[in-house]
Amino acid sequence: MAPAAVLSTVTSAVPSWEMVARQRVYWATVYRRTWKGSVFTSFVLPLFYVVAMGVLLGRFVDAGGGSLDGAPSYLSFVAPGLVASYSMQVAMGETTWPVMGMIKWSRTYYAMTASPLAVADIVAGQLLYVMFRTASTGAVFLLVMSPFGVFDSWVGVLLAWPVTVLVGLSFAGVFTAYAASVNSDTAFLVVYRLLVVPLFLFSGAFFPIGNLSAPLQWVARATPLWHGVDLVRMLVLDDVQVGAALVHLGYLVLLSLVGWVLAVWRLGKRLEV
Amino acid sequence: MVWARGLRKSYGDLEAVRGIDLDVRPGEAFGFLGPNGAGKSSTMRMIAAVSPPSAGELMILSMDPTTHGPQIRARLGVCPQDDTLDNELNVRDNLMVYGSYFGMRKAEVAARADELLDFVQLRDKAKGKVEDLSGGMKRRLTIARSLINDPDLMLLDEPTTGLDPQARHLLWDRLFRLKARGVTLVLTTHYMDEAEQLCDRLVVMDGGEIVAAGSPLELIRAHSTREVAELRFGVGDNEQNAELVADLAPRVEVLPDRLLLYTDDGEATLAQVHERGLAPMAVLVRRSTLEDVFLRLTGRTLVE
Repeated sequence: MAPAAVLSTVTSAVPSWEMVARQRVYWATVYRRTWKGSVFTSFVLPLFYVVAMGVLLGRFVDAGGGSLDGAPSYLSFVAPGLVASYSMQVAMGETTWPVMGMIKWSRTYYAMTASPLAVADIVAGQLLYVMFRTASTGAVFLLVMSPFGVFDSWVGVLLAWPVTVLVGLSFAGVFTAYAASVNSDTAFLVVYRLLVVPLFLFSGAFFPIGNLSAPLQWVARATPLWHGVDLVRMLVLDDVQVGAALVHLGYLVLLSLVGWVLAVWRLGKRLEV
Repeated sequence: MVWARGLRKSYGDLEAVRGIDLDVRPGEAFGFLGPNGAGKSSTMRMIAAVSPPSAGELMILSMDPTTHGPQIRARLGVCPQDDTLDNELNVRDNLMVYGSYFGMRKAEVAARADELLDFVQLRDKAKGKVEDLSGGMKRRLTIARSLINDPDLMLLDEPTTGLDPQARHLLWDRLFRLKARGVTLVLTTHYMDEAEQLCDRLVVMDGGEIVAAGSPLELIRAHSTREVAELRFGVGDNEQNAELVADLAPRVEVLPDRLLLYTDDGEATLAQVHERGLAPMAVLVRRSTLEDVFLRLTGRTLVE
């Protein structure tokens, strides 16, 4: 794409906030019909993870006496990794199938584009809703884990919360763009198996990426989830290295913005034909 | 209301709309008549200020859709061909949510929603699920939804496709009422009876171009005879018999199942057919319709 075209794509992604606000009734109804199920899973799922991975598996890990990047126990090492990973999964769940559904099945986006709403407004509404969902599930996750004594800094936990939202957003934009570009939902299974699951397993949530071979370490460092996991871990363990933290933050903000613009561009291509 | 010159729409190499001119006047019902793939829906999506024109000029409500899309859409009512109702909301909430997109206050939308449910005769279904509605009811709900913002211009893409005759007549009746209130209607259809019933003026589209324009009566006068005599011979015998009657009418069309003789006096032509000792299995004398106009202009029937 020519630089001028890139610039116009970027500027056309800026929403009218008044139009975004008009969608609150819609998103409130979406939340009202799903919140009962989501409250249950967002409370129970973190508990399962923490008990299985942190407490039970952690006993063996701690007995082995490995190095955990400065974390006092495996439980406190794995907990921040789980929070960040969970945010990625919530973001995927709220964008892939729902976005395709609003294009192909319920065709809600088509109804919206017949109103004064523009594609940029619709994407902003969608992504703000994902941020709301990751913020609420992230808050529950952090609350569920706090009795396990895994957090060293309460200020850090309060700062880690918006970071989990940012992790979700950095995936949500890209996934929305992807969902607007594919024709069949089988594509999401491929993404889930070849992208989301490997990221979940190898981005430093479960073991220090120093355990990986050197080339794989660099692959891990290039993934957004590792930046999210490491930043959340630094914050809740009160072990912030300013330089690295800023790199993590910059990476996540940049990916969020790029994903947002891509989402507006791809959805525009899909709807405005 | 809608003004276009040399309007075009292409998708890659495919030219869906190939340079059309339009003038839709306030208060009229304007129709696009044509078979599937004629470019009607592409034109409608451009008029709806959703799909940007590939070339040519287009003004809707005196505004340019490329720069004033949201302002134009705020004053349009759009009833799309495919259902875009929200199945997870009840009937009335579909209107409530849609009204919010137009920046209407809740009380304002609520009053308007009740009024519109009365208008489309769905008041008793207000709390019902959209899924449980019949095809005709869904279409009426879509029309109610498109009226939530009290539009100046209403766009209906094949409003009665797939509906049974009773549901169609009920819908036509509602559209007549809207027209009587001064709402400008622009609709597409591939039913000639719908075009004749509803449209003050229409354009016949084929292959992305306008092949004729005018009122239904003008089109019939200009492109067809007053009457048509239809003759049905047995399967396969129609072509052979066409030669025997070719000189009885200024124009004879051979369809797979019947012969059409275009004439000003159908009964007289029929009498001549019988004088020649021909005995069709069935005969019918009728007035010319837009179907005949379409057949004349494109050599094809509308609904195949």
